[in-house]
Amino acid sequence: MADAKLQSSETVSIARTFRGRVTLQGLLVQLRAFIALILLLTFFTIVSEPFTKESNQIILAKQVAINAILGIGMTFVILTGGIDLSVGSIVGLTGMIAGGLINEGLVLEPLNKVVYFNVWMVGLISILVGMFVGLINGILITRFNVAPFIATLGTLYMARGFSLLRNNGATFPNLIGKPELHNTGFPKLGAGTFLGLPYSIWIMIGLGLLAIFITKKTPFGRQVYAIGGNRRAAELSGVRVKTITLLTYVISGFCAAVVGLIVTSQLVASHPSTGETWELNAIAAVVLGGTSLAGGRGTILGTIVGAFVIGVLRNGMILEGLSSFWQMVITGFVIILAVIIDQVQQQLQERKR
Amino acid sequence: MAAQAKVAPEGLLLDDVILRAEQITKIYPGTVALNKVDFNVYRGKVNVLVGENGAGKSTLMKILAGVEQPTEGRLLLEGREIAPRSPREAEHLGIGIIYQELNLFPNLNVSENIFIAHELTHGGVVIQQQEQERRARALLERLEHPIDPKMLVQDLRIGQQQVVEIAKALALDVRILIMDEPTSALSDAEVRVLFKVIDELKANGVTIIYISHKLEELLQIGDYITVLRDGHKVAEAPMSQVNLAWIVERMVGRDTASDYRPPQHPFGDVILRVEGMSLPKHGGGELVSDVSFSLRAGEILGIYGLMGAGRTELFECLMGLRPQATGEVWLAGKKLSGGIDQRIAHGLVLIPEDRQREGLVPELSVAHNMLLASLKRYLQRFFLSSAKENASVARMINDLAIKVANPQFPVASLSGGNQQKVVVAKGLLTEPKVLLMDEPTRGIDVGAKQEIFDLARRLAARGLGIVFVSTELKEIMTIADRILVMSKGKITRELSRAEATQQALVEASAIGHELVRKDS
Repeated sequence: MADAKLQSSETVSIARTFRGRVTLQGLLVQLRAFIALILLLTFFTIVSEPFTKESNQIILAKQVAINAILGIGMTFVILTGGIDLSVGSIVGLTGMIAGGLINEGLVLEPLNKVVYFNVWMVGLISILVGMFVGLINGILITRFNVAPFIATLGTLYMARGFSLLRNNGATFPNLIGKPELHNTGFPKLGAGTFLGLPYSIWIMIGLGLLAIFITKKTPFGRQVYAIGGNRRAAELSGVRVKTITLLTYVISGFCAAVVGLIVTSQLVASHPSTGETWELNAIAAVVLGGTSLAGGRGTILGTIVGAFVIGVLRNGMILEGLSSFWQMVITGFVIILAVIIDQVQQQLQERKR
Repeated sequence: MAAQAKVAPEGLLLDDVILRAEQITKIYPGTVALNKVDFNVYRGKVNVLVGENGAGKSTLMKILAGVEQPTEGRLLLEGREIAPRSPREAEHLGIGIIYQELNLFPNLNVSENIFIAHELTHGGVVIQQQEQERRARALLERLEHPIDPKMLVQDLRIGQQQVVEIAKALALDVRILIMDEPTSALSDAEVRVLFKVIDELKANGVTIIYISHKLEELLQIGDYITVLRDGHKVAEAPMSQVNLAWIVERMVGRDTASDYRPPQHPFGDVILRVEGMSLPKHGGGELVSDVSFSLRAGEILGIYGLMGAGRTELFECLMGLRPQATGEVWLAGKKLSGGIDQRIAHGLVLIPEDRQREGLVPELSVAHNMLLASLKRYLQRFFLSSAKENASVARMINDLAIKVANPQFPVASLSGGNQQKVVVAKGLLTEPKVLLMDEPTRGIDVGAKQEIFDLARRLAARGLGIVFVSTELKEIMTIADRILVMSKGKITRELSRAEATQQALVEASAIGHELVRKDS
């Protein structure tokens, strides 16, 4: 009994010194995304008067939410050591599906009938379409052993193609629905607020908390990290590597579809080219947040902070009237800088061993 | 014995010291890996360095090879002070190293690996592919392992990879060659070949620094021995003046001599039955050939065989990792089918051969590695219960005496023996009926080995069936209640513990090999 007590108090004190050592040697690098965010916020608060306005803050948060939600799905994929390039196209495709269902309904040609769904069904169908593209990604990667980069590059083109085909390259405008068809209310998703915050921000918070919970507290989350860290060891431990990997792409497709709906609703119109290159923004957020592209290391919270860093940077630069060309240069520089810091941190950790 | 050791240092002066490490201290954050260590390396001799894991052997070798720099102290090569800052600088000084963990590129072929970073070129630009292959072939033939230089390293077994690693060091023409546990994956026959090569190198004036956990082997090959314990040098002596007991005493400060202890418990019913297990080989033949055996609860069944005998492949078949395999596996009266996750759920678990590559996820903590195979047991509704997890982890750390300050530390920070215990703990947490242990003592020190043996016995006493694979004769003779010998994918002999002799095992393990030689 006395022995056990002694042992546990010893363990506690060791844990403390260990933590203490971490904060000493690496607080700066460990929390670099947070620190970068605080620095950026401070900087723009001082130099840019409109930056602090509530209206601007809301715009900023809405932009961040979109990238963060894509990044959350992307984080699962990257944690397994994969990549999902198709998310931007999924955003466009799901937007076109939703827009088409509201404006044109589902045309059943042989029956000569058109079925209109209410907005909840429209949302559900669109999300299922996004998850279906993710499922195809997952099947290509796990059953046919196509490299994730190639498989999702293929679906990037295909989903974009279908998105353009849906209305022959044209936009579905004015997605307000008709009362007699019982499909009104779609713009609410993009325009509505709760406690003063737009729905999209609540969705980001909700999905973020759910994803943090999944990564930290479920066997699925634990196994995602294990697969990215050592696929073979995971397999020999009985982890269903293929199933888990496939599911991460479905999650990514789900997140992309949610973004597709939000954006379409915000615009009250669906453009077939919505979401082009957004996959790169999402990857940037994930990497800025400290997730390793090799897999096995990273956090959801980091990704969300990463999305904020990108969003604040871009918003501040726009307000300061910086040319969009320079914005691209600076964004790229920040991403590279983040990865360099990440490498330094890795070396520090290894030296500690 | 002690008197001899005291006399020894005077005798040391007779030979010529080529490399001397003086008062080397190496401090890592939180630990002193080496504390004022002196190490003499004698010209043209095999200089053996021993010590338990964590004694500082590998750190000292890394300093000699330029991988790490000492915090204090200096290195003298031929009396001149040197300070190699990279392995490349050390190579220029004529110091080469074969690392404990294999450092090969699985995606490159054998000759490319042997000449990596020292490619033979036309004018420094174009690689002389054929010349490289020719020399690689010559080197491998010298090592009596005519592996095709065009084969990809990923297609080689670990034993063969070790041979390639040795060839890689030989290709450098070094004056001093450091071998960090070169035989941990080799069978006895392969070790004999290596020793021949070492003799040959010595005759050519090459100085060898040799690290191994196989002490009998050191007595056979070594000329001088230096013992490290906890970062200190505790003894140095010519090998002729010491014996096994002396080494063990210096290393661990206690007597670890142990022999087979017959189990004190009765065996239960047959728990694992394997019938007609076969696995076809890529390009004809069979890796596992019609293997049948049974195992009773509480029994430790040893499987002995040389590299390539098919032991690892047999385990993979049992775990459902080889879909091409034919044959039946019955566990506790139920026929197993499906993949590895279902077999684990039924109570069969594998402790894989290569803990770095197959056993552990280096990014994850000790606790998360342990829990990886049994996560479903800790579910409370939809989430993992930290309380349940922590209880299991604490129980295992206590039960297996795993030395870790905090289970949240990354698993890579543990010593080899403790890492292996984490892998075993992961298996045990699935609450298995049968444990398949594939070379569980590879690359771990004497003390940790003994603990693994004791653990296996304890688990058997609790009613687990254990299949224990090893390439070390003495190990099999110490642990197994019954021994199967495999050669060329077949079981060539079954021996009860009473009838097993080293001679019988060696003979049975060579069956099939002579025939092939006659044919070819």
